[in-house]
Amino acid sequence: MSSDLHGLVAHQFDDMEQQREAATIGMWAFLITEVMLFGGMFMCYTVYRTLYPEAFQAGSHHLNIILGTLNTALLIGSSLTMALAVHAAQNGHRKQVERLIVATILLGSLFLAVKAFEYTGKWQENLIPGPNFAPAEPIPHLQIFYALYFVLTGTHAFHMVIGIGVMVVMLVMNRGGKFSKDYYAPVEMAGLYWHFVDIVWIFLFPLLYLLGRH
Amino acid sequence: MSHGLISTELYYKIFATLMALTTLTVIAAFIDMGALNDIIAMGIACTKALLVILFFMHVRYNSPVTWIFVSAGFVMLLIMLMLGMNDYVSRSWDAPPSPWTAPPSAAPASH
Repeated sequence: MSSDLHGLVAHQFDDMEQQREAATIGMWAFLITEVMLFGGMFMCYTVYRTLYPEAFQAGSHHLNIILGTLNTALLIGSSLTMALAVHAAQNGHRKQVERLIVATILLGSLFLAVKAFEYTGKWQENLIPGPNFAPAEPIPHLQIFYALYFVLTGTHAFHMVIGIGVMVVMLVMNRGGKFSKDYYAPVEMAGLYWHFVDIVWIFLFPLLYLLGRH
Repeated sequence: MSHGLISTELYYKIFATLMALTTLTVIAAFIDMGALNDIIAMGIACTKALLVILFFMHVRYNSPVTWIFVSAGFVMLLIMLMLGMNDYVSRSWDAPPSPWTAPPSAAPASH
């Protein structure tokens, strides 16, 4: 079996297992930098929400909770298909990997479509922060809530776009027969990234959509 | 277990739990419980994130080194949030920063 792996294990590693572990730790080191990126923005959110709780309450109340919940379900669904895709890759089922990654891309695209629909609504209601910000009923500091809403969801959506790009690369690699029962690390690492983006949304959803419901 | 092979059944179970927790957090958000609302919402979000990290991201089945990396990252995040907020909440004598306001338009408003 080890002769089959020849060329797949880089020369600095003893074996495939060690290579896979190194990849996992490296990917997590990268994801931690992403945690810090989003963490800074969450910090900013916390500070301003403490300063202007009424504005955040009102702004959150105006967001569409049905679309927010739908998007949460879409992303959790895409995480499931992603986890199953990695599982299929571990078992060397190439056809299944393809189908599950396509499903992941579809669910991710649907999420972005809903987001685009929401952004359009905000644009039409003049809720884009800037000189033309003109909410129907003026609430002091409401603009800060919307600025954070767009920065947080925008950065998240940008990560989704990158994630979809990564998934397309995985599809091409899978088509090219690059993966096998013994070598599937790229699918697994792409999966880690996808799940991370899902986790960011898991926190964005209650912080932005749910806080002003009651 | 070093290969991290989990049965697909477990993935479906985690998915079902995540969806149930989402429903729960939406329902809880509609009930006014004062400060408890935030605690419940964040508690559920952390539970969901933990499930994704441990099972979908295989951390439960990874080596201890991965555990250290992952937990160190989140501990640092907590330190940032807690020390940062310590500073903000204890500076009540400072006026809050003034928000960005639109520059006056070229034509002065008629009033």
